[in-house]
Amino acid sequence: MESYYDPKDLGRFQEIGKEAPELARKFFDYYGAVFAEGELTEREKSLIALAVAHAIQCPYCIDAYAQACLEKGSNPAEMTEAVHVATAIRGGASLVHGIQMRKAVEKLSL
Amino acid sequence: MESFSATLEGHGLTLRRDRTATLQVNVGLLCNQTCRHCHLDAGPGRTESMSRRTVDEVVAYAGRCGFDCVDITGGAPELLPDLDRLMEGMAPLCRKLMLRTNLTALEGPDLEALIDRCRRLGVTLVASFPSLSANQADAQRGRGVWEKSVRMLRTLNRTGYGRNDTGLELNLVVNPAGAFMPPGQCGLEARYRRDLLRRWGISFTSLYSFANVPLGRFRRWLLSSGNYDQYLEKLSGSFNPDTISSLMCRSLVSVSWEGLLYDCDFNQAAGLSYGGSPTHVTSQSAAPPAGKPVAVGDHCYACTAGTGFT
Repeated sequence: MESYYDPKDLGRFQEIGKEAPELARKFFDYYGAVFAEGELTEREKSLIALAVAHAIQCPYCIDAYAQACLEKGSNPAEMTEAVHVATAIRGGASLVHGIQMRKAVEKLSL
Repeated sequence: MESFSATLEGHGLTLRRDRTATLQVNVGLLCNQTCRHCHLDAGPGRTESMSRRTVDEVVAYAGRCGFDCVDITGGAPELLPDLDRLMEGMAPLCRKLMLRTNLTALEGPDLEALIDRCRRLGVTLVASFPSLSANQADAQRGRGVWEKSVRMLRTLNRTGYGRNDTGLELNLVVNPAGAFMPPGQCGLEARYRRDLLRRWGISFTSLYSFANVPLGRFRRWLLSSGNYDQYLEKLSGSFNPDTISSLMCRSLVSVSWEGLLYDCDFNQAAGLSYGGSPTHVTSQSAAPPAGKPVAVGDHCYACTAGTGFT
Protein backbone atom coordinates (compact mmCIF):
# COMPACT_ATOMS: atom_id res chain seq x y z
CA MET A 1 0.00 0.00 0.00
CA GLU A 2 1.27 3.48 -0.86
CA SER A 3 2.17 5.53 2.20
CA TYR A 4 4.05 8.70 3.03
CA TYR A 5 5.76 6.72 5.80
CA ASP A 6 7.96 3.73 4.93
CA PRO A 7 9.72 1.95 7.85
CA LYS A 8 12.73 1.33 5.58
CA ASP A 9 13.30 5.09 5.33
CA LEU A 10 14.59 5.14 8.90
CA GLY A 11 17.58 3.11 7.79
CA ARG A 12 18.26 5.72 5.11
CA PHE A 13 18.40 8.61 7.58
CA GLN A 14 22.10 9.20 6.90
CA GLU A 15 21.28 10.01 3.26
CA ILE A 16 20.04 13.37 4.47
CA GLY A 17 23.72 14.35 4.50
CA LYS A 18 24.07 14.09 0.72
CA GLU A 19 23.23 17.73 0.00
CA ALA A 20 24.55 19.26 3.22
CA PRO A 21 27.18 16.90 4.64
CA GLU A 22 28.66 19.32 7.17
CA LEU A 23 25.32 20.15 8.72
CA ALA A 24 24.40 16.46 8.81
CA ARG A 25 27.71 15.58 10.46
CA LYS A 26 27.15 18.22 13.12
CA PHE A 27 23.61 17.01 13.70
CA PHE A 28 24.53 13.32 14.00
CA ASP A 29 27.52 14.09 16.23
CA TYR A 30 25.28 16.17 18.45
CA TYR A 31 22.59 13.48 18.39
CA GLY A 32 25.07 10.83 19.47
CA ALA A 33 26.41 13.01 22.26
CA VAL A 34 22.93 13.78 23.54
CA PHE A 35 22.07 10.10 23.90
CA ALA A 36 25.37 9.05 25.50
CA GLU A 37 25.41 8.22 29.20
CA GLY A 38 25.67 11.45 31.18
CA GLU A 39 23.87 12.79 34.23
CA LEU A 40 20.96 10.77 32.87
CA THR A 41 21.40 7.12 31.94
CA GLU A 42 20.95 5.92 28.36
CA ARG A 43 17.83 4.10 29.57
CA GLU A 44 16.32 7.29 30.98
CA LYS A 45 17.15 9.23 27.83
CA SER A 46 15.48 6.58 25.68
CA LEU A 47 12.32 6.82 27.79
CA ILE A 48 12.31 10.62 27.35
CA ALA A 49 12.82 10.17 23.60
CA LEU A 50 9.94 7.72 23.48
CA ALA A 51 7.65 10.18 25.26
CA VAL A 52 8.71 13.04 22.95
CA ALA A 53 8.23 10.79 19.93
CA HIS A 54 4.60 10.39 20.94
CA ALA A 55 4.18 14.08 21.62
CA ILE A 56 5.43 14.95 18.12
CA GLN A 57 3.77 11.81 16.71
CA CYS A 58 6.81 10.69 14.72
CA PRO A 59 6.32 7.06 13.63
CA TYR A 60 10.03 6.64 12.87
CA CYS A 61 10.95 7.80 16.36
CA ILE A 62 8.27 5.65 18.00
CA ASP A 63 9.57 2.60 16.13
CA ALA A 64 13.20 3.35 16.94
CA TYR A 65 12.73 4.26 20.59
CA ALA A 66 10.28 1.45 21.39
CA GLN A 67 13.11 -0.90 20.42
CA ALA A 68 15.79 1.23 22.08
CA CYS A 69 13.85 1.33 25.36
CA LEU A 70 13.56 -2.47 25.40
CA GLU A 71 17.25 -2.81 24.59
CA LYS A 72 18.17 -0.43 27.41
CA GLY A 73 16.21 -2.60 29.84
CA SER A 74 12.93 -0.74 30.15
CA ASN A 75 9.76 -2.79 30.25
CA PRO A 76 6.40 -2.11 28.56
CA ALA A 77 4.86 -0.83 31.80
CA GLU A 78 7.57 1.83 32.16
CA MET A 79 7.28 2.72 28.47
CA THR A 80 3.52 3.07 28.77
CA GLU A 81 3.95 5.42 31.74
CA ALA A 82 6.36 7.49 29.65
CA VAL A 83 3.71 7.80 26.91
CA HIS A 84 1.20 8.92 29.55
CA VAL A 85 3.64 11.62 30.64
CA ALA A 86 3.71 12.91 27.05
CA THR A 87 -0.07 12.66 26.89
CA ALA A 88 -0.50 14.55 30.15
CA ILE A 89 1.76 17.36 28.98
CA ARG A 90 0.06 17.56 25.59
CA GLY A 91 -3.38 17.47 27.17
CA GLY A 92 -2.36 19.90 29.89
CA ALA A 93 -0.94 22.26 27.30
CA SER A 94 -4.32 22.37 25.59
CA LEU A 95 -6.24 22.66 28.79
CA VAL A 96 -4.15 25.44 30.28
CA HIS A 97 -4.98 27.55 27.20
CA GLY A 98 -8.53 27.38 28.48
CA ILE A 99 -7.54 30.18 30.81
CA GLN A 100 -6.96 32.38 27.75
CA MET A 101 -10.37 31.34 26.54
CA ARG A 102 -11.88 32.23 29.88
CA LYS A 103 -10.10 35.60 29.94
CA ALA A 104 -11.40 36.39 26.45
CA VAL A 105 -14.89 35.32 27.43
CA GLU A 106 -14.75 37.35 30.66
CA LYS A 107 -13.66 40.46 28.73
CA LEU A 108 -16.51 40.09 26.26
CA SER A 109 -19.16 39.10 28.72
CA LEU A 110 -21.35 41.14 31.03
CA MET B 1 22.95 -11.08 5.34
CA GLU B 2 26.52 -12.33 5.08
CA SER B 3 27.16 -15.76 6.59
CA PHE B 4 29.01 -15.87 9.92
CA SER B 5 31.95 -17.72 8.41
CA ALA B 6 32.21 -15.11 5.62
CA THR B 7 32.15 -12.33 8.21
CA LEU B 8 34.97 -14.01 10.12
CA GLU B 9 36.94 -14.38 6.90
CA GLY B 10 36.24 -10.76 5.97
CA HIS B 11 37.81 -9.64 9.24
CA GLY B 12 40.77 -11.98 8.75
CA LEU B 13 39.66 -14.01 11.78
CA THR B 14 39.49 -17.71 12.53
CA LEU B 15 37.68 -19.30 15.45
CA ARG B 16 39.84 -21.94 17.09
CA ARG B 17 39.76 -23.53 20.49
CA ASP B 18 41.94 -22.33 23.36
CA ARG B 19 42.61 -24.50 26.43
CA THR B 20 39.34 -26.19 27.39
CA ALA B 21 38.66 -25.15 30.96
CA THR B 22 34.91 -25.80 31.23
CA LEU B 23 32.72 -28.82 30.65
CA GLN B 24 29.08 -27.94 30.14
CA VAL B 25 26.81 -30.91 30.72
CA ASN B 26 23.37 -30.72 29.17
CA VAL B 27 21.44 -33.42 30.97
CA GLY B 28 18.48 -33.37 28.58
CA LEU B 29 15.56 -31.56 27.10
CA LEU B 30 12.97 -32.34 29.77
CA CYS B 31 11.85 -29.12 31.43
CA ASN B 32 8.87 -28.02 33.53
CA GLN B 33 8.61 -24.82 31.45
CA THR B 34 8.12 -24.14 27.74
CA CYS B 35 10.03 -20.89 27.38
CA ARG B 36 9.40 -19.11 24.11
CA HIS B 37 13.03 -18.07 23.72
CA CYS B 38 14.40 -21.61 24.27
CA HIS B 39 17.05 -22.49 21.67
CA LEU B 40 16.71 -26.19 22.52
CA ASP B 41 12.95 -26.68 22.33
CA ALA B 42 13.00 -28.04 25.87
CA GLY B 43 9.71 -28.67 27.62
CA PRO B 44 7.51 -31.01 29.66
CA GLY B 45 6.81 -33.24 26.66
CA ARG B 46 10.44 -34.04 25.94
CA THR B 47 11.75 -37.43 26.95
CA GLU B 48 15.45 -36.98 26.13
CA SER B 49 17.26 -37.34 29.44
CA MET B 50 20.74 -38.47 30.45
CA SER B 51 20.83 -42.10 31.56
CA ARG B 52 22.76 -43.27 34.64
CA ARG B 53 25.24 -44.98 32.34
CA THR B 54 25.90 -41.74 30.45
CA VAL B 55 26.15 -39.83 33.73
CA ASP B 56 28.93 -42.20 34.77
CA GLU B 57 30.62 -41.93 31.36
CA VAL B 58 30.56 -38.14 31.50
CA VAL B 59 31.95 -38.12 35.04
CA ALA B 60 34.72 -40.49 33.91
CA TYR B 61 35.44 -38.17 30.95
CA ALA B 62 35.73 -35.21 33.33
CA GLY B 63 38.12 -37.28 35.42
CA ARG B 64 40.35 -37.85 32.38
CA CYS B 65 40.28 -34.19 31.30
CA GLY B 66 40.79 -32.12 34.46
CA PHE B 67 38.36 -29.28 33.83
CA ASP B 68 38.45 -26.17 36.03
CA CYS B 69 34.71 -25.80 35.89
CA VAL B 70 31.72 -28.06 35.31
CA ASP B 71 28.46 -26.35 34.33
CA ILE B 72 25.28 -28.45 34.56
CA THR B 73 22.39 -27.32 32.40
CA GLY B 74 19.31 -28.63 30.57
CA GLY B 75 16.25 -28.56 30.14
CA ALA B 76 15.73 -28.42 33.85
CA PRO B 77 18.60 -30.33 35.51
CA GLU B 78 16.49 -30.66 38.66
CA LEU B 79 14.29 -33.16 36.78
CA LEU B 80 17.18 -35.55 36.10
CA PRO B 81 16.76 -38.57 38.43
CA ASP B 82 20.55 -38.96 38.74
CA LEU B 83 21.39 -35.30 39.32
CA ASP B 84 22.75 -36.07 42.79
CA ARG B 85 25.02 -38.76 41.32
CA LEU B 86 26.26 -36.32 38.66
CA MET B 87 26.93 -33.55 41.16
CA GLU B 88 28.65 -35.80 43.70
CA GLY B 89 30.76 -37.29 40.90
CA MET B 90 31.79 -33.97 39.44
CA ALA B 91 32.42 -31.94 42.61
CA PRO B 92 35.79 -33.54 43.50
CA LEU B 93 36.96 -33.24 39.88
CA CYS B 94 36.71 -29.47 39.40
CA ARG B 95 37.32 -26.21 41.20
CA LYS B 96 33.90 -24.80 40.35
CA LEU B 97 30.62 -26.66 39.94
CA MET B 98 27.72 -24.70 38.48
CA LEU B 99 24.06 -25.66 38.36
CA ARG B 100 21.70 -23.78 36.05
CA THR B 101 18.14 -23.42 37.25
CA ASN B 102 14.97 -21.82 35.97
CA LEU B 103 14.07 -21.41 39.69
CA THR B 104 10.58 -22.95 39.36
CA ALA B 105 12.00 -26.45 38.84
CA LEU B 106 13.66 -26.20 42.26
CA GLU B 107 10.24 -26.23 43.88
CA GLY B 108 9.08 -29.55 45.24
CA PRO B 109 9.64 -32.09 47.98
CA ASP B 110 13.35 -32.51 47.15
CA LEU B 111 14.16 -28.79 47.43
CA GLU B 112 15.69 -28.95 50.89
CA ALA B 113 17.89 -31.94 50.08
CA LEU B 114 19.05 -30.36 46.82
CA ILE B 115 19.90 -27.04 48.46
CA ASP B 116 21.74 -28.87 51.24
CA ARG B 117 23.75 -30.76 48.63
CA CYS B 118 24.52 -27.57 46.72
CA ARG B 119 25.67 -25.83 49.90
CA ARG B 120 27.84 -28.77 50.94
CA LEU B 121 29.47 -29.04 47.52
CA GLY B 122 29.86 -25.26 47.17
CA VAL B 123 27.80 -25.25 43.97
CA THR B 124 27.30 -21.93 42.17
CA LEU B 125 23.66 -21.48 41.21
CA VAL B 126 22.94 -19.73 37.90
CA ALA B 127 19.30 -18.69 37.80
CA SER B 128 17.20 -17.42 34.91
CA PHE B 129 15.46 -14.18 35.83
CA PRO B 130 14.65 -12.32 32.63
CA SER B 131 12.91 -9.21 33.83
CA LEU B 132 11.87 -7.07 36.76
CA SER B 133 8.49 -6.97 35.04
CA ALA B 134 6.18 -9.90 35.79
CA ASN B 135 4.42 -9.43 32.45
CA GLN B 136 7.66 -9.62 30.47
CA ALA B 137 8.97 -12.60 32.41
CA ASP B 138 5.71 -14.52 32.14
CA ALA B 139 5.43 -13.74 28.41
CA GLN B 140 8.80 -15.42 27.97
CA ARG B 141 8.58 -18.26 30.47
CA GLY B 142 4.91 -18.95 31.20
CA ARG B 143 2.15 -17.59 33.39
CA GLY B 144 3.01 -17.33 37.06
CA VAL B 145 6.71 -18.04 36.57
CA TRP B 146 7.86 -14.60 37.67
CA GLU B 147 6.06 -14.78 41.01
CA LYS B 148 7.40 -18.28 41.70
CA SER B 149 10.89 -17.13 40.71
CA VAL B 150 10.81 -14.22 43.14
CA ARG B 151 9.63 -16.56 45.88
CA MET B 152 12.45 -19.00 45.11
CA LEU B 153 15.11 -16.27 45.06
CA ARG B 154 13.99 -15.26 48.55
CA THR B 155 14.13 -18.88 49.67
CA LEU B 156 17.65 -19.21 48.27
CA ASN B 157 18.71 -16.02 50.04
CA ARG B 158 17.41 -17.49 53.31
CA THR B 159 19.62 -20.54 52.79
CA GLY B 160 22.65 -18.28 52.30
CA TYR B 161 22.74 -18.18 48.51
CA GLY B 162 23.47 -14.75 47.05
CA ARG B 163 24.54 -13.27 50.36
CA ASN B 164 27.92 -11.63 50.71
CA ASP B 165 28.89 -13.34 53.93
CA THR B 166 28.38 -16.97 52.86
CA GLY B 167 30.47 -17.40 49.72
CA LEU B 168 27.49 -19.17 48.12
CA GLU B 169 27.17 -17.65 44.65
CA LEU B 170 23.75 -16.96 43.16
CA ASN B 171 24.10 -15.49 39.68
CA LEU B 172 21.23 -14.22 37.57
CA VAL B 173 20.89 -14.58 33.81
CA VAL B 174 18.80 -12.13 31.84
CA ASN B 175 17.58 -12.89 28.32
CA PRO B 176 15.48 -10.31 26.47
CA ALA B 177 11.75 -10.99 26.34
CA GLY B 178 11.63 -10.74 22.56
CA ALA B 179 13.49 -9.98 19.34
CA PHE B 180 15.72 -7.27 20.67
CA MET B 181 19.23 -6.97 22.04
CA PRO B 182 19.96 -7.30 25.76
CA PRO B 183 20.72 -4.22 27.84
CA GLY B 184 24.31 -3.51 28.83
CA GLN B 185 25.33 -5.77 31.68
CA CYS B 186 26.82 -3.21 34.08
CA GLY B 187 23.89 -0.81 34.17
CA LEU B 188 21.42 -3.66 34.28
CA GLU B 189 23.17 -5.38 37.18
CA ALA B 190 23.16 -2.14 39.21
CA ARG B 191 19.46 -1.64 38.53
CA TYR B 192 18.51 -5.22 39.37
CA ARG B 193 20.59 -5.08 42.54
CA ARG B 194 18.87 -1.88 43.65
CA ASP B 195 15.32 -2.82 42.65
CA LEU B 196 15.35 -6.46 43.80
CA LEU B 197 16.67 -5.42 47.20
CA ARG B 198 14.34 -2.44 47.59
CA ARG B 199 11.16 -4.15 46.41
CA TRP B 200 11.59 -7.75 47.48
CA GLY B 201 14.64 -7.88 49.76
CA ILE B 202 16.51 -10.11 47.29
CA SER B 203 20.29 -10.11 46.86
CA PHE B 204 22.45 -11.90 44.31
CA THR B 205 26.11 -12.24 43.42
CA SER B 206 26.40 -11.28 39.74
CA LEU B 207 24.17 -10.75 36.73
CA TYR B 208 24.78 -11.69 33.11
CA SER B 209 22.76 -10.53 30.13
CA PHE B 210 22.75 -12.53 26.90
CA ALA B 211 21.14 -12.18 23.50
CA ASN B 212 18.58 -14.78 22.51
CA VAL B 213 19.97 -17.29 20.04
CA PRO B 214 17.93 -17.80 16.84
CA LEU B 215 17.54 -21.55 17.14
CA GLY B 216 14.85 -23.99 18.26
CA ARG B 217 11.59 -22.58 19.58
CA PHE B 218 12.88 -19.01 19.49
CA ARG B 219 13.74 -19.33 15.80
CA ARG B 220 10.27 -20.60 15.03
CA TRP B 221 8.76 -17.68 16.90
CA LEU B 222 11.00 -15.23 15.01
CA LEU B 223 9.82 -16.70 11.72
CA SER B 224 6.12 -16.85 12.60
CA SER B 225 6.12 -13.31 14.02
CA GLY B 226 7.94 -11.83 11.02
CA ASN B 227 10.92 -10.82 13.14
CA TYR B 228 13.52 -13.27 11.82
CA ASP B 229 15.20 -11.22 9.10
CA GLN B 230 15.27 -8.05 11.14
CA TYR B 231 16.66 -9.85 14.20
CA LEU B 232 19.39 -11.60 12.21
CA GLU B 233 20.28 -8.30 10.55
CA LYS B 234 20.48 -6.69 13.97
CA LEU B 235 22.75 -9.43 15.32
CA SER B 236 25.01 -9.52 12.26
CA GLY B 237 25.08 -5.71 12.08
CA SER B 238 26.31 -5.64 15.69
CA PHE B 239 29.19 -8.05 14.96
CA ASN B 240 32.13 -7.07 17.14
CA PRO B 241 35.43 -8.69 16.13
CA ASP B 242 36.86 -7.98 19.59
CA THR B 243 34.54 -10.61 21.09
CA ILE B 244 36.16 -13.49 19.19
CA SER B 245 39.17 -13.92 21.46
CA SER B 246 37.04 -14.45 24.56
CA LEU B 247 34.07 -16.40 23.22
CA MET B 248 33.02 -19.19 25.56
CA CYS B 249 33.22 -21.82 22.79
CA ARG B 250 37.00 -21.37 22.79
CA SER B 251 37.35 -22.59 26.37
CA LEU B 252 34.27 -24.80 26.83
CA VAL B 253 33.11 -28.14 25.55
CA SER B 254 29.46 -29.12 25.71
CA VAL B 255 28.20 -32.67 26.19
CA SER B 256 24.66 -33.71 25.35
CA TRP B 257 22.31 -36.05 27.24
CA GLU B 258 23.57 -38.79 24.90
CA GLY B 259 27.21 -38.14 25.78
CA LEU B 260 28.05 -36.47 22.46
CA LEU B 261 30.43 -33.53 22.30
CA TYR B 262 29.78 -30.07 20.83
CA ASP B 263 31.71 -26.80 20.88
CA CYS B 264 28.84 -25.16 22.76
CA ASP B 265 25.22 -25.67 23.79
CA PHE B 266 24.02 -23.69 20.77
CA ASN B 267 25.89 -25.93 18.36
CA GLN B 268 24.22 -28.80 20.17
CA ALA B 269 20.84 -27.26 19.35
CA ALA B 270 21.96 -26.67 15.76
CA GLY B 271 23.30 -30.23 15.41
CA LEU B 272 26.86 -29.05 14.66
CA SER B 273 29.04 -31.78 16.13
CA TYR B 274 32.41 -31.14 17.72
CA GLY B 275 35.08 -31.99 15.17
CA GLY B 276 32.52 -32.33 12.36
CA SER B 277 31.11 -35.75 13.23
CA PRO B 278 29.35 -37.33 16.26
CA THR B 279 31.96 -37.84 18.98
CA HIS B 280 31.13 -39.67 22.19
CA VAL B 281 32.85 -38.89 25.49
CA THR B 282 33.93 -42.51 25.83
CA SER B 283 36.09 -42.13 22.70
CA GLN B 284 38.05 -39.21 24.13
CA SER B 285 41.09 -39.61 26.32
CA ALA B 286 41.57 -35.90 26.94
CA ALA B 287 39.85 -32.52 26.63
CA PRO B 288 39.61 -30.93 23.18
CA PRO B 289 43.04 -29.62 22.22
CA ALA B 290 43.88 -25.97 21.70
CA GLY B 291 43.97 -24.95 18.06
CA LYS B 292 41.10 -27.17 16.90
CA PRO B 293 38.58 -25.23 14.76
CA VAL B 294 35.20 -24.41 16.29
CA ALA B 295 32.16 -25.32 14.19
CA VAL B 296 30.20 -22.17 13.33
CA GLY B 297 26.80 -21.20 11.94
CA ASP B 298 24.81 -18.00 11.58
CA HIS B 299 23.48 -18.44 15.14
CA CYS B 300 27.03 -17.53 16.26
CA TYR B 301 26.15 -13.88 15.56
CA ALA B 302 24.24 -13.94 18.86
CA CYS B 303 27.51 -14.41 20.75
CA THR B 304 29.50 -11.80 18.83
CA ALA B 305 26.96 -8.96 18.88
CA GLY B 306 27.92 -5.92 20.91
CA THR B 307 29.89 -6.87 23.96
CA GLY B 308 29.41 -10.57 23.18
CA PHE B 309 28.59 -13.77 25.02
CA THR B 310 31.64 -14.88 26.89
